[in-house]
Amino acid sequence: MGRITLDKVTKSFGEAEVIPPLDLTIEDGEFAVFVGPSGCGKSTLLRLIAGLEDVSSGQIRIDGQDATETPPAKRGLAMVFQSYALYPHMSVRKNIAFPLRMAKLDQAEIDRRVTGAADVLNLTDYLDRRPGQLSGGQRQRVAIGRAIVREPAAFLFDEPLSNLDAALRVGMRLEISELHKRLQTTMIYVTHDQVEAMTMADKIVVLRAGHIEQVGSPLELYRTPRNLFVAGFIGSPRMNFIEGETAARHDAHTIGVRPEHIAVSQTEGEWSGVVGVSEHLGSDTFFHIHDTGLAETITVRADGEVGFRHGDRIRLSPRTDAIHRFDKQGLRIG
Amino acid sequence: MARAVTPRRKALTTLAAWAVGLLIFFPILWTILTSFKTEAQAISDPPVFLFFDWTLENYSVVQERSDYLRFLWNSVILAGGSTILGIIVAVPAAWAMAFVPSHRTKDILLWMLSTKMLPAVGVLYPMYLIFIQMGLLDTRIGLTLVLMLVNLPIIVWMLYTYFREIPGEILDAARMDGATLRDEIVHVLTPMAIPGIASTILLNVILAWNEAFWTLNLTAAKAAPLTAFIASYSSPEGLFYAKLSAASTMAIAPILILGWFSQKQLVRGLTFGAVK
Repeated sequence: MGRITLDKVTKSFGEAEVIPPLDLTIEDGEFAVFVGPSGCGKSTLLRLIAGLEDVSSGQIRIDGQDATETPPAKRGLAMVFQSYALYPHMSVRKNIAFPLRMAKLDQAEIDRRVTGAADVLNLTDYLDRRPGQLSGGQRQRVAIGRAIVREPAAFLFDEPLSNLDAALRVGMRLEISELHKRLQTTMIYVTHDQVEAMTMADKIVVLRAGHIEQVGSPLELYRTPRNLFVAGFIGSPRMNFIEGETAARHDAHTIGVRPEHIAVSQTEGEWSGVVGVSEHLGSDTFFHIHDTGLAETITVRADGEVGFRHGDRIRLSPRTDAIHRFDKQGLRIG
Repeated sequence: MARAVTPRRKALTTLAAWAVGLLIFFPILWTILTSFKTEAQAISDPPVFLFFDWTLENYSVVQERSDYLRFLWNSVILAGGSTILGIIVAVPAAWAMAFVPSHRTKDILLWMLSTKMLPAVGVLYPMYLIFIQMGLLDTRIGLTLVLMLVNLPIIVWMLYTYFREIPGEILDAARMDGATLRDEIVHVLTPMAIPGIASTILLNVILAWNEAFWTLNLTAAKAAPLTAFIASYSSPEGLFYAKLSAASTMAIAPILILGWFSQKQLVRGLTFGAVK
């Protein structure tokens, strides 16, 4: 079991309030992702849940039990760190066994669990190596192995993939998702990468300056962002924001249209502009359009290869049902 | 761009380095040579360098007159004991300063170091009285304690710089893994800092071995280490230079050998953290 509740939790470092009063519940078995720009307090929030930092006020409950004053080891949570934080002087086997040794399990049980974890994570051949002799991806697996042997109530991941190269990151992302499907254990995952958040999460928590901007499933956040910040943060490339007269025609201060919701054409369309940079990805093409009179740049996505060249004047038509409207305060209308 | 090193420049630098090295080593070399001379040759004018009648007589006389092994044993106990005690006290202290610093940590470190700048003789009188009161005069335990305290600032400083190099996330991981503070220090921090702790131990053994102020002033016969052994041969009267040299050679030999074999560790230890 691993239901985690934060009740009016705050954290200050000296005078600086990093987390203003914050309420949040993560259900048992849920994969929750904390996402936000750097410095938004997401790592601090994770460390508060872990017990590595003390809350300034408020309460943290794990499965209904008040854990606010409980030391990290007694909370039944396991954590995977950005730097992997493996013990360099121990073999892989000893690294994975360390939490079990600390829990004073008998040797036979330790061996059984270590072998099991190594098997799941494809580490069996590396058990007698030192972390220094492993690649980044293998080290990350050892760190995960050290977390799963404890059979924790919840896993905490602190930007675990940011030290890996792009290809490996995609692979590990799938592995972690699969691990979650198999173990059905609560996972809290911190990242600044919205793609990781969208692909892995059951529930995304978008944070800015210690505030929760919105909580919801990836598609909820994509379809109905609550404000301009979430609208701009979720989705890649970024949503286009248009103000002024065009927005007013939709009874809004600002309207937002995602690049994938704008069709391009040589002849027909509500808006027009000049093609700037084009990014050809094969499956998609992204055009950055200037001189539209709407915003400095409008980004649009086209399927496959579309043969517009730099400097071509083209027409754009937004999908009317996919226009997001925001008021003067940046909050969603409707 | 790397600086161009001409052969001429290289030769000059090498020569200069050797000159400085020999200059520093010369007194020790002279002591060793003198220990093999007769008393007459030891004070001959002009002095003889290598061409004299080599003799081991001084060594046998010194061994006869005083029990070298007893002094040696005391030195080993004092240097070893004070170092072990010092490490036991300094590891938790350095841990606290490195990983849970307060805004006063820097001040405390500097204050500790400042005690090394006080002339030891300034506290000789109170220390002597305390020793008499507590019955510690001329005891190994008393002297071990004093040597430990004298060198503690240096041990804490060295360990502090080593510990600071250890990433905090690893200690966080240990805490998440259920390690108590003791587990954390014993199973994670100390093994990771072994190279640093080794050079700290080494340097401290050498410092304690060579310490002469407190060892001479607070011992008489029972707890006297090799420093007292040497001092007993510096006599205002009579011809004792060769024997004094023999005693000195015997006293510094163990530490010289230890230093020779561990020079790499020592240099690494002393420059650690200075170069990144």
